[in-house]
Amino acid sequence: MLEDRYNLAHRLYPYSRSVDQDAATPAHHQVIVIGGGPVGMAAALELGLKGIETLVLDDHEGVGQGSRAICFSKRCLEIAHRLGAAGPMMEKGVEWSLGRVFHGEREVFEFNLLPEEGHRFPAFINLQQPYFEKYLVERIRQAQAEGVPIEIRGRNKVTDIDTDSDKVALQIETPDGQYSLTADWVIAADGAGSPTRKMMGLGFDGKVFEDNFLIADVRMKADFPVERRFWFEPPFKGSGDSALLHKQPDGEWRIDFQIGWHIDREKELQDENIRARLDAMLSPMGIDYEIVWTSIYTFQCRRMEKFRHDRVIFVGDSCHQVSPFGARGCNSGMQDVDNLGWKLKRVIDGLSPEELLDSYDEERIAATDENILNSTRSTDFITPKSTISKVFRNAVLDLSEENDFARPFVNSGRLSIPATLDGSTLNTQDDLPGAPARSRPGAVCPDAPLDGDFLLDRLGGRFAVLAIGVDVPDFQGDIDADRLMFSKGQFPVLEERYLGGTEQAIYLIRPDQHVAGRWADWSIDAVCKAFGRATGMAEKG
Amino acid sequence: MGKLNRSRNLSDADDIYAALIAAHEGLSDEESTALNARLILTLFNHIGDADVIGEALEVATLAGQQERHKAL
Repeated sequence: MLEDRYNLAHRLYPYSRSVDQDAATPAHHQVIVIGGGPVGMAAALELGLKGIETLVLDDHEGVGQGSRAICFSKRCLEIAHRLGAAGPMMEKGVEWSLGRVFHGEREVFEFNLLPEEGHRFPAFINLQQPYFEKYLVERIRQAQAEGVPIEIRGRNKVTDIDTDSDKVALQIETPDGQYSLTADWVIAADGAGSPTRKMMGLGFDGKVFEDNFLIADVRMKADFPVERRFWFEPPFKGSGDSALLHKQPDGEWRIDFQIGWHIDREKELQDENIRARLDAMLSPMGIDYEIVWTSIYTFQCRRMEKFRHDRVIFVGDSCHQVSPFGARGCNSGMQDVDNLGWKLKRVIDGLSPEELLDSYDEERIAATDENILNSTRSTDFITPKSTISKVFRNAVLDLSEENDFARPFVNSGRLSIPATLDGSTLNTQDDLPGAPARSRPGAVCPDAPLDGDFLLDRLGGRFAVLAIGVDVPDFQGDIDADRLMFSKGQFPVLEERYLGGTEQAIYLIRPDQHVAGRWADWSIDAVCKAFGRATGMAEKG
Repeated sequence: MGKLNRSRNLSDADDIYAALIAAHEGLSDEESTALNARLILTLFNHIGDADVIGEALEVATLAGQQERHKAL
């Protein structure tokens, strides 16, 4: 009945019988999150910390094994930081920002993802996914102890779901049998194979890539530098058509080999066959290793047509799936949560109309399409679909060895950067000529160092008005937002990122740290209007 | 050195590359080769400078001679 689909790395929330299972009529919850992966747990934290009663239902009792998501982006860490969970991630994770690409023996391309200083977080950390999930659950435990209304139920598998315009009804299977629950809202975070999506009969269309990748987590002593290394046509023959190497904590390394479409999966997963590939790569360097975990994956690029279906809202892989090149899976799921949390809170509190949630669809579908486009292109370059496509791919690699001009074409993954919500109906048109494009309406606020802390530490969770070089009167009563004021000359990096060539600036910043609007001069009317627009209270147009 | 621009000159390499691959989609190898020929001749005309074209031919030829792999 309730069989494990995977082995656990950490058993964090063993099944225990809930009083809801003995209720005469189905117990009701404000929000139910289906799925206890990283995105589901982040959603629970996001909502629970806002005072929303949130119940997580997971069909397992903890987190699965394997490095899986492995690369956590700067934006993902900024979101985790806002939720109070980034500390242990940073302590454990391996920081990197440099990527090097090889063709055979030769290096053809190098990229630095964070070439500037003055950000709290690095471009990426590598961390085995079980740690990332465990730290989120530990943060939930800590929050629960402080009275934050989150509950996690292990071995609770949702077997039926029915949504209408005022509530959602769920049927749940447990080791003690079935029970029913109702909820105001359901967040479906149950992964790419989403049972919720299937139970609701919703489509998930896209493109399948005909290739297989073998992943191996190995423990070894190797002195590769801490950087992402990618090989097209690796010089270590017999390993794969491409290879990717990442350093992880605990002396582990993550290696991905591209092994072709027509393979015998069971055979490839046999220990001796995995060792043959690893030996091809590592033996010539005299490296001994121990296999920790292996898997074979294929992938697809696809998304749901809409992420919100009445009172069921899909987040993470359940509504969008991309190829792994670019680290756009878990990192985009975290941005879904970031985008949804404050909107759902406003709707639940009756501060904004339900239509505000349509902007979650609008903004995150645009971000998803950008992720799918980038990851599709990377995949087309890494696994060319036709003879001519491979000819061009290799022409790029051949030229790139000696010719810098060809290197921008080299595509071993365009790594996750936060979505800029250009064109969102929540944005107010840019009214700050001469200011940097990177902090335009729709963009995530670039971080900047302040007095021993960072700008993003002071933003998030609530709306904020950021004023630089201009005084802003107290606006409480007109707008429910924090006020941050800095005088000119106080923090040069802040000014470089928010003023550029202008003398002064006013920014309206959303609870998810995206810029909603910006102006040169203070006008309560302009800011009120932008606030109304950003909270779905203004007429569109 | 020469007149050929050998520094990075495209701001949207991924878009251009994708358009190129898309133009070849569904073509046979022979049709693809012919498309490439027409494309090169069209670009030659745009360049309009025999010295530049000569240098480009040299760059392309040299990059192909590094015989680390046989094409396919």
